[in-house]
Amino acid sequence: MTQSTLIEVKGLTKKFPLGKKWFKPNGYVRAVDGLDFTIKKGETFGLVGESGCGKSTTGRLINGLIEANEGEILFDGQNLVGLPDSQWNSYRKRMQMIFQDPFASLSPRMKIKDIVIEPLDVHYPKMPKSEKLEKAEKLLEICGISKFHWNKYPHEFSGGQRQRISIARSLILNPELIIADEAVSALDVSIQSQVLNLLVDLQVEFDLTYLFISHDLSVVEHISNRIGVMYLGDLVEVASKEQLFKNPKHPYTQSLLSSIPQPGKQDREKIILKGEIPSASNPPKGCKFHTRCPFAMDICRKEIPENIHVDDDHVVACHLYS
Amino acid sequence: MENKYVEMDLNEEINSDKTENRFLEFWKLFRRKKPALYSLYFILLLLVLVVAGQYITPFDHSEPNYSNILSSPSWPHVFGTDEYGRDVLSRVIAGTKIALTVSISAVLIGAIAGTILGLVSGFFGKWIDKAIMRFCDILFAFPDLILAIGIVAILGPGLQNVIIAIAFFSVPSFARIVRSSTLEVKELLFVESAKSMGASKRRIVFKHIFPETIPVIIVYFTMNVGTAILSAASLSFLGLGAELSSPDWGAMLSMGRDYIGTSFHIVFFPGLMIFLTVLAFNILGDGLRDVLDPKTRD
Repeated sequence: MTQSTLIEVKGLTKKFPLGKKWFKPNGYVRAVDGLDFTIKKGETFGLVGESGCGKSTTGRLINGLIEANEGEILFDGQNLVGLPDSQWNSYRKRMQMIFQDPFASLSPRMKIKDIVIEPLDVHYPKMPKSEKLEKAEKLLEICGISKFHWNKYPHEFSGGQRQRISIARSLILNPELIIADEAVSALDVSIQSQVLNLLVDLQVEFDLTYLFISHDLSVVEHISNRIGVMYLGDLVEVASKEQLFKNPKHPYTQSLLSSIPQPGKQDREKIILKGEIPSASNPPKGCKFHTRCPFAMDICRKEIPENIHVDDDHVVACHLYS
Repeated sequence: MENKYVEMDLNEEINSDKTENRFLEFWKLFRRKKPALYSLYFILLLLVLVVAGQYITPFDHSEPNYSNILSSPSWPHVFGTDEYGRDVLSRVIAGTKIALTVSISAVLIGAIAGTILGLVSGFFGKWIDKAIMRFCDILFAFPDLILAIGIVAILGPGLQNVIIAIAFFSVPSFARIVRSSTLEVKELLFVESAKSMGASKRRIVFKHIFPETIPVIIVYFTMNVGTAILSAASLSFLGLGAELSSPDWGAMLSMGRDYIGTSFHIVFFPGLMIFLTVLAFNILGDGLRDVLDPKTRD
């Protein structure tokens, strides 16, 4: 199946200034450092990595919550970086975000129905309220929240219910892309699978594309078609789910995968990484992973590895494969 | 001890009555604060006097009766009469209307202006925040009453100008307190989620941030009304506010002080009313703060 590209990210970089000394910052945290990836229409692209590697920053950059310093985000062919806010909004309509903490992402003093129709209020101020409510009712029904609860406030719901409310809200504009930033991480495991299944069902029904950001490999495995592994602001490996889980190439991916506990395989060899993740304000030269890599070679300390196509749709940035 | 007990209850309440609406939740907690509750009843009584006072006063508050001047409290003049033979009780009741309308409208104007400045300052930050906060610092540098006297001196005496003066010096405190809660709220996730859906800044400020600051504003409003009554009375006492012949509490004190040795009741009753009203607003404010804004206690 040939799919067209929905999002193409090229050399995306975000630097956060560190403390100001007079007018010049003391340095920068390179939260996202020259990121390249594409998301095709209708697929789920999973972004994994340990905390602080820039996954969430990537999601927020694509949504325009923060502005990129360099690089391009091509959404359906249009570069979004540097676009004025007024034009951003016509693209924001087509992509919505779901946040990690369902206890904090809903306005506590708004009723559920007002929360769900808010995106419509923002983008279609002239649409009659009855029409908005009709849409909201349908979506809430699909997401498993009955009309009976319409006039309640967020604090009266459980975490899973709230996350389903935010999913309903994110769908009401009929978007093409949903950026789910750790969307299930705050939920109990049993609720996680409910919400994940809901997301999968919705993808089929509404023809959605997901950018699914998570630190949880099993969650990402469950939902994604393709997965990108991030380390210190850059992707080290991008592959289809099957490729990545069966045949991980990058040493970092290998160590991540070996950390997933698997029942009945207690004697399985685990690759345990030594040391801390280096500071993003002062990343190691060459390959950023060389300080913790069990296979580090001389070249790794000097040169930044190129992206290497090891297979169809399997890219890895590692000197081991050059 | 008492605080601990209340805090524990607060958590229980929220967990056990999830479906209860916010107002009932608030009322359940507030009802236990007896001093604040009685203060609220007292203030409600005063509001009844404001609305219905002119129908229930036993005498016309401005009608002189030269055959019965400076008489001590007795029937039918329960609070006695003043130097023109006017009924002090009727004047105190009529004064309630002046005191509450002046102070509440002044604080209302100050609160609206201060809230807008605080929201803008906290939300937009940068130079606009600095400009607004420096302006507030300047106003804070003057003692409230001196500032009010200055403004009335420029605009001329009269109740309307007293309102303007009090409103003016209430602005910076509202601006500051609203700014600080704006700074807190704007970092919350639901504000970011509103941004992510493309909501305009105006919408974020008024629909998402402002509702979160309302409890703090209510608390501050109540406390400031108390202060405002005192300031309005002080200005009137100094001859800068209400006309001295009007039944304003401050003006009554001012007129009555010449007779304080012989007819203590002329100043006693308006003074008592000022004391009780200000006290009631302060206690009510304290109680509201404990319930609505437990973080800022102490």
